[in-house]
Parts: sequence; C-alpha cells; structure tokens
Amino acid sequence: MTKSKYEVFEGKLTTRAHMQRTGSLLSAPGMLTLLVFLLLPIAGLVVLAFMQRGAYGVIDWTPSLENAKRLLGFSSFGWSSDNLLIIGRSLLLATVTTLLCIAIAFPMAFWIASHKPSTRALLLAFVMVPSCTNLVIRTYAWMLVLGAQMPPTWIARAIGILGETETLYPGQFAVYVGMVSSMLPFSILPLYTSVERLDWRIVEATKDLYASPLRSFRHGILSQMTIGIVSSIILTFVPSLGMYVVSDLLGGSKYMLIGNLIQQQFGAASDWPFGAMLGIVLILASVLSLALLQKISKGKSYV
Amino acid sequence: MYKKSSPLVIIISYIGIALLYIPLLFIALFSVNANRHGQTWGGFTFDWYVKLFSNDLVQQATLNSIILAVTSTIIATVFGTLLAIGIHRTPWNKKIRSFFDYSINIPVVTPDILMAIALVTVFGLFRTFLPCFEPGMLTLIISHVVFQLSFVVLVVLGRLSSIPKDQIEAARDLYATTSGAWFRVIFPQLLTGIIAGALLAFTLSLDDFIISFFVSGPTSQTLPLYIYGSLKRGISPEIHALSTLVITLTLGIMLLTLFYNQKKSKGRNK
Repeated sequence: MTKSKYEVFEGKLTTRAHMQRTGSLLSAPGMLTLLVFLLLPIAGLVVLAFMQRGAYGVIDWTPSLENAKRLLGFSSFGWSSDNLLIIGRSLLLATVTTLLCIAIAFPMAFWIASHKPSTRALLLAFVMVPSCTNLVIRTYAWMLVLGAQMPPTWIARAIGILGETETLYPGQFAVYVGMVSSMLPFSILPLYTSVERLDWRIVEATKDLYASPLRSFRHGILSQMTIGIVSSIILTFVPSLGMYVVSDLLGGSKYMLIGNLIQQQFGAASDWPFGAMLGIVLILASVLSLALLQKISKGKSYV
Repeated sequence: MYKKSSPLVIIISYIGIALLYIPLLFIALFSVNANRHGQTWGGFTFDWYVKLFSNDLVQQATLNSIILAVTSTIIATVFGTLLAIGIHRTPWNKKIRSFFDYSINIPVVTPDILMAIALVTVFGLFRTFLPCFEPGMLTLIISHVVFQLSFVVLVVLGRLSSIPKDQIEAARDLYATTSGAWFRVIFPQLLTGIIAGALLAFTLSLDDFIISFFVSGPTSQTLPLYIYGSLKRGISPEIHALSTLVITLTLGIMLLTLFYNQKKSKGRNK
C-alpha cells in the first residue's frame, strides 16, 4: 500500500511539498539576511584566518598557518608571550566575572521566586530593564561613582582597604564592578526560570529520607537546576569574553583584551586575517558552549 | 513557593539591585548638577539640557539614531515575523528544523565583536563591486537588522506556540480560507508578540555600541558613538543630560511593553 501524498494541514487537504514551498517563501527574507550577512561571513572568517596580510592591508590569498603561529606568540623576532597573555587575561576576566555574577544571581533568583507571582513578574522586569539601557552610558556612570570624591572611595579609605592616595577607578576593582553590573541580568534570567520550575516535593522527599541540609540542597535543588545553571554560565561567559569597552573605560586603557586586539586588527593595524584568527577563538568559545548546552538540555527548552 | 528568604539571600539581592541601579541614578543626578566639574554638588540646574538642544552634533547623532532604530526595527519585525510563521506552520523535516533553530540561536550567543568583524568582512567584500556598501547608514541598518532579527523571531515563535493549532482548523470548518483564518484569527492574537518583538528590537538598536562602532562611517554617527567619542575627548556635563534622556527613553519603551503585556494577559483571563 502506498501512502497518499495528500495530508491535512491546518484543516486543508494539501501536500507536504506544497506546505514546504510556502514555508520557504515565508522564511526566505529573514533566512537570507542571516545567511548572507552573518552565518556565511562567520564561516568566511575561518577561511580568512588562514590567509595573510599583504602590502597596504590587501589580503594575500595564499593559505598558511602563519596567523595561528602568531597567535601562539611565534614571530620573525622569536617567541613572545604577548598574545597568549592577552587571551589568558580575557579568559580570566570572563571566568571571574561569571563566577561573581552567578554568586549574586543565584540567591537573587530564589529571592525573586519567594514573592507572590504578580510581584515576581515585576521584580524580574525591574532586574532586566537596566540591561536595555546603553552599555557605554552605564560604564561611564561607574567612572563617576567610583571617582575619588564619592562615597565608595571614602568608605574604602575609612576601613583601610585603600590607601590615602589610591583610587578605586581606574583599576581592576572598577573593571569587575562594571562587568558584573552589566552581565548580571543575563545570569539571573535562566537561573530564575529554573528556580520557578523547581519541584519542591523532591526537596521534601530528601528531607523525609533524612538528608543533611547540604545533601538536600545538592540532590534536591541543584540537580534540578543543571540547565538553568549551564545557560546562565554561557549567557554570562560568552559575552564577557568579547567585551572590551568596560575594561577600556574603567581599567584606564591599561590592559589589552582579546576584544581590543581584534579591534586593532580591523582598525589601525588593518590586518584582517589575523583579526579573523582571533575571532576564531571567540567562535570556538560560542560553538562549544552552545553544543554543551544542547547536550545537557537534550531538547528541553532552556531559556 | 512563598518561603521566606534568609537574611543573607536578601542582602545579596539588594547588592545586586544596587549594582544595576546605582549607575543609572548617578547619571540622572549629575545631569542636574550645576557644578561643571561634576565631583561635588553645586546646586540644581537644567542648563545642561538647554545647552544640549543647541548642540548641532548631538542633534545630528540623535536624528541618525532614530532613523537607524526605526528603519531597522521595521525591517527586522517584518522579516522576523514571516520567518517565525514560516518555521512554525511548515512541516519541516527534523534536519531542516534544527538548521533553523541553530541559525536563529547563533546570533543570540555570538559575542557582539564577532558579529561586528563578520559584518565588516562581508561589507568589505561587497564593496569591491558595489560602492553603496561604504560604511554608512546602509551598512548600519543591515547590521542592526541582523542582530535584531533573532530576537524578533524568538519572541514571535513563543507567542505562536501558545496559540492552539485547532483554532485554525475551527476557522476552516467555518468556511474561512487559509489566508482568511490567518489574518482574522491568528494574526490579531499574534500582534502582542509582534509588538513586543518590535519594541525589544528598537531598544537593542538604541543600545548597540560595538557593532555600530565597526560598521559606521564618518557621516553616520549614532548617539552611543557620540557619547563614547566625547568620553575619550573629555567629559562635559551635557553628556550626563544626553545619557539621562537616552536612559529615560529606553526605560519608557520597556515600561510600555510591560504595561501592554500585562493588560493583554489580564484581558485573556476574563
């Protein structure tokens, strides 16, 4: 018996092929925009990374591993640790930022969920809204807040963690305050979603079975929140890795990050292939984290 | 769950809220501070706002930002809504469906700077045979559409999947044509999602700095670029006033979205 090619879609007898044709037409403008201007160019960057800078910034289309070597610090002048140091520093900044964000976002997610449902929606909006305002403006505001004549500096001096002539800005402290302040909303959202979905009967069950508070927390709560925690880490870590504006403004332009280095290659240095090679480091970070997320969530919805 | 939070949880939460709101409050405070050099309070004034409106560069940047946000939002909303409908109602096989899912999620998880260099590269390539891809308004609009699109699709898809599939079948049982069912039954319900997506796209466009920084040209400076530029040149209090206005506008749009969604969801429960 052969299957009829006609099926019912939306209460109409039609063919699968016909539905797919209409679907392709509907998706074409959006998908083409994404493909032409983002997905193919990202793939193109991978190719570009194995080319070289020719004279006057023109791209020399002979494939080579030169950029990969440069990334690892080998150049015609011998080995230098500069590039690796910059990548390491970016990884460190992103890791510490992510840890700090999660440490604040985790209790906040429970705090929001402890209110009654209508208040929860408001609180969540209250937390998300600042992330919609401009990053440059918010970072600039921290430059003002952490300035020498402002309360945070007095307090730090009064309790003795800051010497009389030292300042909070510019410096590492200011950079971390700025980073956490701008990434926090993205860490809270997925954590809150999974707290809201927690099945508290499992927590009660662990208590009925005489689990200590710590084990009850680990097996009753944490085990249910894996997806939330992983999405939260990714949504904080990946953007932090490429972020250089905050460190530029609050760190006093002293520390190069991978973002600065990329910007240089596409700006003054006009060395697109090497910039693309640096971009690949970021692509790898995003792709790996997306794959990890999909593996852990196994098709469950995660945002 | 109405469990009471422990004091430590509450303290950390307040620290979190403080980290989010202190910068916004300070900017607003400084924008009405008469002391030019900013660090101490010198009395209340609206002078900086007045000066702002007589600054040609600011006016040009504001105009550019608005043109950019409006145009890119319209394009992203139309393309995104069509794409969401195309993905949702079509019986795609599994591989194509997951290709769609990946394509839509990639822009969300890609760091801004990576998107920026991908766009710069493709514009550079196109420029060799089409001069209209010189850095400027066109490249800015295309770039903004690219990062707004995914968010519109995700919001509209979310709304679409909450509309039961049998509604359209019911409409057809009552002799509606397919397009009639879509326009008169589904579309009115989808409108909240489309508007929410459009407002999100609009704020994303106003907020963007990194991508605009890479693809803009000398004649297409937007507000965030102007602010960044003046930070590097040295701060003037007009920047505080300008920033406060931008923040207020963004917050206003977000509150409008919230209010609108709240009203709609109440209407549904009746």
